[in-house]
Amino acid sequence: MSEEIKLMKGNEAIAHAAVRYGCDGYFGYPITPQSEIMETLMVLAPWKTTGMVVLQAESEVAAINMVYGGAGCGKTVMTSSSSPGVSLKQEGISYIAGAELPALIVNIMRGGPGLGTIQPSQADYFQTVKGGGHGDYRVITLAPASVQEMADFVALGFDLAFKYNNPAMILADGIVGQMMEKVILPPFQPRKTDAEIKERSPWASVGKPADRKRNVITSLELDPAEMEKNNIRFQKKYKEIEENEVRYEAINCEDADYLIIAFGSSARICQKTLETAAKEGVKVGLLRPITLWPFPSKAIKEYAKKVKGILVMELNAGQMIEDVKLAVECSLPVKHYGRLGGIVPDPDEVWVAMKDELGIATDPSSSIKANAGESISKEMISEVITNLNQMVP
Amino acid sequence: MNTIDIIKPENLVYTKPKLMNDNPMHYCPGCSHGVIHKLAAEVIEEMGMEDKTIGVAPVGCAVFAYNYIDIDWQEAAHGRAPAIATAIKRLMPDKMVFTYQGDGDLAAIGTAETIHACNRGENIVIIFVNNAIYGMTGGQMAPTTLQGMKTATCPYGRTPELNGYPLKISDLLVKLEGTCYVTRQSVQTAAAVKKAKKALRKAFENSMAGKGTSIVEVVSTCASGWKMTPDQANKWMVENMFVQYPLGDLKDI
Repeated sequence: MSEEIKLMKGNEAIAHAAVRYGCDGYFGYPITPQSEIMETLMVLAPWKTTGMVVLQAESEVAAINMVYGGAGCGKTVMTSSSSPGVSLKQEGISYIAGAELPALIVNIMRGGPGLGTIQPSQADYFQTVKGGGHGDYRVITLAPASVQEMADFVALGFDLAFKYNNPAMILADGIVGQMMEKVILPPFQPRKTDAEIKERSPWASVGKPADRKRNVITSLELDPAEMEKNNIRFQKKYKEIEENEVRYEAINCEDADYLIIAFGSSARICQKTLETAAKEGVKVGLLRPITLWPFPSKAIKEYAKKVKGILVMELNAGQMIEDVKLAVECSLPVKHYGRLGGIVPDPDEVWVAMKDELGIATDPSSSIKANAGESISKEMISEVITNLNQMVP
Repeated sequence: MNTIDIIKPENLVYTKPKLMNDNPMHYCPGCSHGVIHKLAAEVIEEMGMEDKTIGVAPVGCAVFAYNYIDIDWQEAAHGRAPAIATAIKRLMPDKMVFTYQGDGDLAAIGTAETIHACNRGENIVIIFVNNAIYGMTGGQMAPTTLQGMKTATCPYGRTPELNGYPLKISDLLVKLEGTCYVTRQSVQTAAAVKKAKKALRKAFENSMAGKGTSIVEVVSTCASGWKMTPDQANKWMVENMFVQYPLGDLKDI
C-alpha cells in the first residue's frame, strides 16, 4: 500500500492510529481540548470494521476502570482525557501500575490548577512523571511534538506498555492536539487473536481452562513481606526501562555554546529560537526529551559538558527543570523560562529571556546560519488559540 | 479416604461444588458471604461455564472472593466493579461476567458505576450483598444502614437529619430500562437458599441471553458488625432488614 499522507489535527491522528494499530477498545469521557479523539473514533465506527469497541463512559473514573478491565483480559485498550480528567484517572492508573497491566492513556494538557483554562499548558509534568496516584510506581511517558508523532506514539506507547506490562502515557498539550499538520498514517494491522493474546499475556483473565491455575488481576497483597517483594520487582522493571527506553532528539547540539531543553510543543517553538539566536551569532542547540520518564539524564549530562548554560523552556512554572538540574548536578547555570495559564510564548520572546537569564552577549555582525527544522509557526499557534477560544470547557 | 469415597454415589445428596476450593474462608461465623459464594459457584458449574466465567471482586469483605471460587477474576478498585465488568463483557461477549459487591461498594462509592452500567443494559450479573454495614473496615455506617441502627460512625443511631435515609438502590435500578431482572433474596434458611440459587441461575442465564443487566440483591447478616451472635443476627435481619428491604422479585422481564 502506498503511503497515505493526510492533513489532520493531532487528536484526530491519535484516533486513526489507534484503529490502525489494532486497538481492541477505547473508553473515554469528553473534555476540551481532546474531545476530537473520541469524536473521530465514533465517526470511524471501527466496531463495524476491525471490531474495536468504542464506548463513552459516565466519567473519567469509569473510563480508566474500563481500561483496567480490558487490559486485565490482555486486550489492547486505551483512554484519553485532559488535565482535570486525568487527575480523576489517577486512582485507576495506580491500580493499573500495581496490577502490572499494559494500557495507553493520552493526556492533552490544558492550564490548571483546578478547572483552569482550556488553552495549552505543560503543567502536568510532575503529575505524570513523579507518580500522580498513590504508591511507588512509574508511567512510561511519551511527549509528541508533531501530529506525526501523535500518530506514531500510539504504536510506540502500546508496544512499550506490552513489553513491560506497565501503563504508558502520551503527554501532549492543546497545541499538538489541535494543530493541523501533514501526517503519514501507519498501515492497518489486525487486532490480536485469542491465541495471540494467550501467548502474549498468559496472566490475563479470559476464563480459566481446566489445565491452568486461575488468573487473578489484582494489586492487593496484605502480607507486607510479599508486598515488598512486589515493589522490588516493580523497581527492577523501572530500572530496566530507564536503561533501555530513553528517547530524545538533539538538534544542533554538537557544537552548541548554549542549550535549550524543551519537550512537546515548547520544543517545536524553540526550534525557531535556535535560528533567531544564530542570526545574532550564538550557537544554541535544542535537546528535546521524547520520553519524559525515563528521562534522558545521561544525554543531558554529556551535552552539558560542552555548553556554558542551559535554558529549560516549559509551558509551566518550572517542572522539568528539576530533572535537568539533577542530571547536570549543578555543574553549570540552568535557568527556566515559561508562560502560565494557557499563554504560549513566541520564539523571539524565548530568545530575549534566554539572553537575559544566562547573560549572553550577542554580536549581530557575526551572524551565522542555522537550520533547526520545521517549527510551529506563530500563525499556527494563533489559529489554535483562536479555535480553542471558541470552544467551551 | 474422603467423604465422597465412603458414600455410595446413589446416596450422595449434597457435596461441595468443585469450583469452591479448600482455602479457609476469612469470613466470620454467621456471615452470609460463604453461602452466596457457594451458590454462585454451583450455578456457574451447573451451567458448564467454568472456563468462560470472569468474576469481578469488590473492595470490602468479599475482596478475597477470588481466593475461594476457582475461576478467573479481576479485583476492582472500590466501587468500580461495574465499569470493569462492562469492559470485560464488551470485549469478550461470549464470556459470562459478574460483579460481587457489598452495599458500600455498590450503593455509596460506586453508585455512578452501578447506575450507568445498569442503564446501558450491560449483559452482566451484579450480585449485591446488602448487610447494612461496612464489615471490612470495622462496622461503619453504610448507605443501607437502617434508621436508628448503631454503627461505629453513627454511634447514637442513624438519623435522617444527620445521615439521610437507607438507600433502596435496587428499587432505583428497577426504573432503568437497561435492567431485565432485579430481585431481593436472602440465605438464612434452606428454603431461602434454594430461592436465591434459582434467582442467581436466572440472572446468569439472562446475561448470556443478552437481555440486559440482572441484579441479585441478597439481604445478609454481619454478625460481627452488628455485634450479635449468628442466631441473633438472623432473627434481627428477619425482623428489621426485611421490613426495610422486602424480599421478592422487583422486576423480571
